[in-house]
Amino acid sequence: MDQLGTASPEEIARFTAMAEAWWDPTGKFKPLHRFNPVRLAFMRRHFAAHFGRDDSLLRPFEGLTLLDVGSGGGLLSEPLARMGFAVTGIDAGDRNVAVARLHAEQSGLDVDYRVATPEQMDPAESFDVVLSMEVVEHVPDVAAFLGHATARLKPGGVFMGATLNRTAKAWALAVVGAEYVLGWLPKGTHDWNKFVRPSEFAAMLRDHGITVRKMAGMAYNPLADSWRETENLDVNYMLFGTKA
Amino acid sequence: MSTSSPLRVDVLINGGGPVGALLACVLGGAGIRVAVVEAAPPEALARPGTDARAIAIAYTARKVIAAAGAWTGMRDEAGEILDIRVTDDASPLFLHYDHLDMGDAPLGWIVPNPAIRRELLAALGRTPSVSLLAPARLKRLERLPHRVEAELEDGRVVHAALAVAADGRGSLLRTQAGIKVTRRDYRQSGIVCIMAHETPHRGIAHERFLPAGPFAILPLAGNRSGIVWTEACGVAAAICGQDDAAFRDELAAKVGGFLGDIRLEGRRFHHPLTLQFTERMVDHRLALIGDAAHGMHPIAGQGMNMGIRDVAALAEVIADSLRLGLDPGGPDVLERYQRWRRFDTMLMLGVTDGLDRLFSNHMGPLKHARRLGLAGVNQLGPAKRFFMRHAMGLVGDLPRLMKGERL
Repeated sequence: MDQLGTASPEEIARFTAMAEAWWDPTGKFKPLHRFNPVRLAFMRRHFAAHFGRDDSLLRPFEGLTLLDVGSGGGLLSEPLARMGFAVTGIDAGDRNVAVARLHAEQSGLDVDYRVATPEQMDPAESFDVVLSMEVVEHVPDVAAFLGHATARLKPGGVFMGATLNRTAKAWALAVVGAEYVLGWLPKGTHDWNKFVRPSEFAAMLRDHGITVRKMAGMAYNPLADSWRETENLDVNYMLFGTKA
Repeated sequence: MSTSSPLRVDVLINGGGPVGALLACVLGGAGIRVAVVEAAPPEALARPGTDARAIAIAYTARKVIAAAGAWTGMRDEAGEILDIRVTDDASPLFLHYDHLDMGDAPLGWIVPNPAIRRELLAALGRTPSVSLLAPARLKRLERLPHRVEAELEDGRVVHAALAVAADGRGSLLRTQAGIKVTRRDYRQSGIVCIMAHETPHRGIAHERFLPAGPFAILPLAGNRSGIVWTEACGVAAAICGQDDAAFRDELAAKVGGFLGDIRLEGRRFHHPLTLQFTERMVDHRLALIGDAAHGMHPIAGQGMNMGIRDVAALAEVIADSLRLGLDPGGPDVLERYQRWRRFDTMLMLGVTDGLDRLFSNHMGPLKHARRLGLAGVNQLGPAKRFFMRHAMGLVGDLPRLMKGERL
C-alpha cells in the first residue's frame, strides 16, 4: 500500500468509493460481474487441462505465475489468486491500481498490482500465464501490444485473450445496445473500428509464437440475465493459446 | 481469549443439528473451511433416549448423507421402506406404493433421530477443515459489506464470507435479519414413540388418515417401528400423560393386531405441529436452511428431506463459486440458491398442508370423494409413479450430491 501511504484522506475516500463501484455486482460494472463466472470457468477448465492440474481442488494452480494485463479493479486477478496463482496485475491507470490494491487488502489477498504497461516491465520477468481480457479493443496498436504482452510468457505457457468481434452484430449489441440502450457501459467505451476479428487475433498471436488451441463465444440470455459459453464468436469471444 | 486472532473460514454455520452438521461435512469434504457454532455440548447432541423421532430419509437424501461419510454408521439402525400403504379411516380401499414399481431400490429409509445426529457429529469430527465450536453461543454477528464477523460469548472471533442459519424454527439469525415468517397452527400435536413388535413389518410403512389427524407406523430395523400419532393438542397431552400400561393399550388398539404383541421402547413425546414459511431464504451474506427456512406437517415425512435438499443445493452453489475463486457470500450465489429451493419448498408445504386439511375432518361427501381419490390414484400408473418419484426425492432439478455425484 506504499502508493496510498502518501495519499490524502480525501483521495483514500475516493478510491474506496471507486473500489466499491468496481466490486458492486449491481453497479456500473455489472456486465463484467455477470460474465465473470463464464470466463473463469473457461480458464479454469483449459488451464487445468494444459498444466495437468486436478480441477476439483479449490486451489489447483498453486505454484504457477500469472500476469493480468489491464487488471482494472482486479475482477479477474482476485479470483485467479484464490485459485492458487501467484498473480501480478498491471494497469496503465494509477487509480485502477490503487482501488485494486485496496480491495485485495480488504479481501485478505496477496496480489502484486503495479502501474505499468507490458513493455515497461523488466524483460527478465516471465509468467506461466498471460491474460489480456477485454483490453485489445482499447489499445492503439494491437500488434505491438500483443508483441509486448506475449514476450512476458514462459515457453510452454498459456496466453488467454478476450475481446469483441468486428461484426455488425457486435456493433449493434455492444455499442448501440450496451452503451446506448441498456446503459450498461458509459457512452464512448467502445470504438467499433478497434474491434478485432478472431482470425486477425489468431494471426497476430501466431506472429509471436502463440498457437491458438481453443476459441469460444459468449452469449447473453436477457430473460435469465446470465451469460453462457457458445460456439458462436460473433460478439464477445475468448481464445486460449500456447507458446511453444 | 478475546485478544486471540480470529478464526477465518469460508462459511459460518449457526446450529449443529443434523442439517447444519450435514452441510459442514459435505463442504468440508470439498476442502472448504467451515465453523459450526452449537449451544449444546457434543456429547449431549447424540445422547440416545432424549429423542424418539423416527426420521424418513428419501432415496436421494440418503446419497447426501453417504457423501458426508455418515451413512455406514447408521445403516444397521435404518429400516428399508419397501412399500407404503395409505388408508382412509376404516375404508377398505387403499393406495399401495410398492418399491418394485420403481426398480430394486427401497423407497427410502426410517432412521432413529439420535443415530442421525450421532453419525453426523462423528463425520464432522473426521473432517479436517471443519471447526466445531461447542458448547458455544453467538454474542453478536455483523454482516459487513465484504464479510461476516461473529463474536462468541466466550470471546472467540470468527470471520467468514457467508453465515448460514441452521438454528431451527425459532432461528436467531433469521430474526436478526428481519425475515418475516408466516405460521399456521394446526392445533394438533404429534405423539412420537418407538415400539417393538412380535411380527415383522416386512418394510411396510402405514399411513392412516384418521379424523383427528394422520397416524403413521414407520419400519425401523428389526421388529421395531416408529409411531407418529396426531391428535388435537389437549388430547395428545392427556394420552401421553397416562401410565405406561394404559398408553401401551391405547397404542395397541390404534395399531390393530397385525404386528402381534407390542411393547414400548423408551419414552414418548408430543410436539405441537405448525406450518411455517419464510418470505425469503436469503439476506445479505446469509442463507437459511432446514427448519429455519420452512416447517411443515410431518404427514408426508418430508421435513428432514427438505432440509437435506437445502444442504445439497446450497453446498453446490458455494462450491461452484469457490472453485471459480468467487465470493461464496455474494448476491448472485445466494440468489441462485433461493431460486433453486423456493418453488420446491412452497410446493411441498402446499401439498402436506392440503393433505392434512383434506383428511382431518368428518365431512361425509369429502370422505367419500377422498376414498374414491385414493382408489383412483391406485389405478393410475403414471400418477402413482409421479407421487412415488416425489416421495423418493427424484422430482425436480437435482443437485449433484442427490444424484450420487461428487460435490
